[in-house]
Amino acid sequence: MAVLLLAEVTDGELAMDATAKAVTAAKQIGDVTVLCAGSSAAAAGEAASKIDGVSKVIVAEDASLGHRLAESTAALIVSMADDYDHIVAPATTDAKNVMPRVAALLDVMIISDASGVVDADTFERPIYAGNAVQTVKSTDAKKVITFRTSTFDAAGAGGSASVETVSAAADPGLSSWVEDHVAASDRPELTSAGVVVSGGRGVGSEEDFALIEKLADKLGAAVGASRAAVDSGYAPNDWQVGQTGKVVAPELYVAVGISGAIQHLAGMKDSKIIVAINKDEEAPIFQVADYGLVADLFEAVPELIEKL
Amino acid sequence: MKVLVPVKRVIDYNVKVRVKADGTGVDLANVKMSMNPFDEISVEQAIRLKEAGQVDEVVVVSIGVKQSQETLRTALAMGADRAILVVAADDVHNDIEPLAVAKILKAIVDEEKPELVLCGKQAIDNDMNATGQMLSALLGWSQATFASKVEIDGDNAVVTREVDGGLQTIKVSMPTVVTVDLRLNEPRYASLPNIMKAKKKPMDEKTPADYGVEVGNRLEIVKTVEPAERAAGIKVDSVDALVAKLKEAGAV
Repeated sequence: MAVLLLAEVTDGELAMDATAKAVTAAKQIGDVTVLCAGSSAAAAGEAASKIDGVSKVIVAEDASLGHRLAESTAALIVSMADDYDHIVAPATTDAKNVMPRVAALLDVMIISDASGVVDADTFERPIYAGNAVQTVKSTDAKKVITFRTSTFDAAGAGGSASVETVSAAADPGLSSWVEDHVAASDRPELTSAGVVVSGGRGVGSEEDFALIEKLADKLGAAVGASRAAVDSGYAPNDWQVGQTGKVVAPELYVAVGISGAIQHLAGMKDSKIIVAINKDEEAPIFQVADYGLVADLFEAVPELIEKL
Repeated sequence: MKVLVPVKRVIDYNVKVRVKADGTGVDLANVKMSMNPFDEISVEQAIRLKEAGQVDEVVVVSIGVKQSQETLRTALAMGADRAILVVAADDVHNDIEPLAVAKILKAIVDEEKPELVLCGKQAIDNDMNATGQMLSALLGWSQATFASKVEIDGDNAVVTREVDGGLQTIKVSMPTVVTVDLRLNEPRYASLPNIMKAKKKPMDEKTPADYGVEVGNRLEIVKTVEPAERAAGIKVDSVDALVAKLKEAGAV
């Protein structure tokens, strides 16, 4: 089986963690070719060629492929699709934007957020905010899949794949990039961080969320938030952990003032160690926490910062 | 300008999901159903565009079982003008896949000629996150997914998108398909007078065959199971005890 994997490339740089995890999933299906597309993508292609298990890298550089606009990126992938049985990507917001478009252009269904590979046609994926896991068998000639990165380990280094280049497909000219608004932060990226500290509605305000950030900085952690905290305006949406936000699986996950709605649990329950701090001892978060502390977060968190 | 808003009838987000013991799916018999929360946001956005004078007509469409008419009535009570019900299943457990939904929607767009389609970014049942992107592909239109801000400016829409690193703003040519994310707006509740008025608003009933679309599924469901349970751990009684446990586990 020939697999084309759309690498996660941001501003010319390869997002190694997300791409290498998708490679692990793709290797179970067949021979993996990685596509690095962007206005500059050569360096990303070079980095991708070193991922263990990648047999070929294809670099596509064109102004129209900058900023991963869906229309031009999908057109490129479709122009290459004849050579592959599977077209896959890590389930990032970029890929979730592009891959369903690719699937529709090929007249096949998308298999979104696959969390397991059963065989080349059959995949597991969470549904109902992670309340159920469905095994689906595709009857389509080609499969288009995004992989939930948190359930796969990153493929290691040590590969030495050949690198080729292709030209972009004709730019459909339907959309253009205006600007990115990326919060400058020295903190690790949420989906690949080893430690994540998240705050929920219990934090109470945007100002008090600084306490969560302080604990995160003490632990060298990324900051997350529950959907309730995002909805209440305490935290930006790109911090959201859960079925409608990001899915994380760090070594240590600290949930502060989070009750543990199912939709939040779906985004973090694969974490290795879960700590919950909540004043409500009945909160469902304690049912998944390895270590639970029933306490007022405004007392416990400052003390924790001091004693760590 | 006309706006088309697809809405899906799904299990209410407050209802505890139960997986059927025989592994055939999730039990939806006698369960409270509501409008997909992301679709409520797209209905709200369409109504706000109308209130701002940028849109003349808001048409809502639902594809599924006959009871989806309740979901359409909710959208009409919120302020949509007209509804199209496409009865594509007679059992609530038969979920129509995004590709088939997108094909039916394409046929409706060809008839209705809206300049904007506003979709929820995903349905909270199958969590596919695909219909809007697929519809845009089939139409050959531009797409702007995961929108937290939408401004229509003549021949273009300027859309701010929720992406992994933060926000991205793009300009898309009209007509376009926009899928909406959580922070775009807070949907209104329908008032009682508006619920009464909605009963008199027009609703067409169609079938997939009327649009020449075959709704057979491409993904065969092999089984549906409960997710692996995570065992509960222990409660600690102080911050000191917590720090000690974390050190013991090598986590800090």
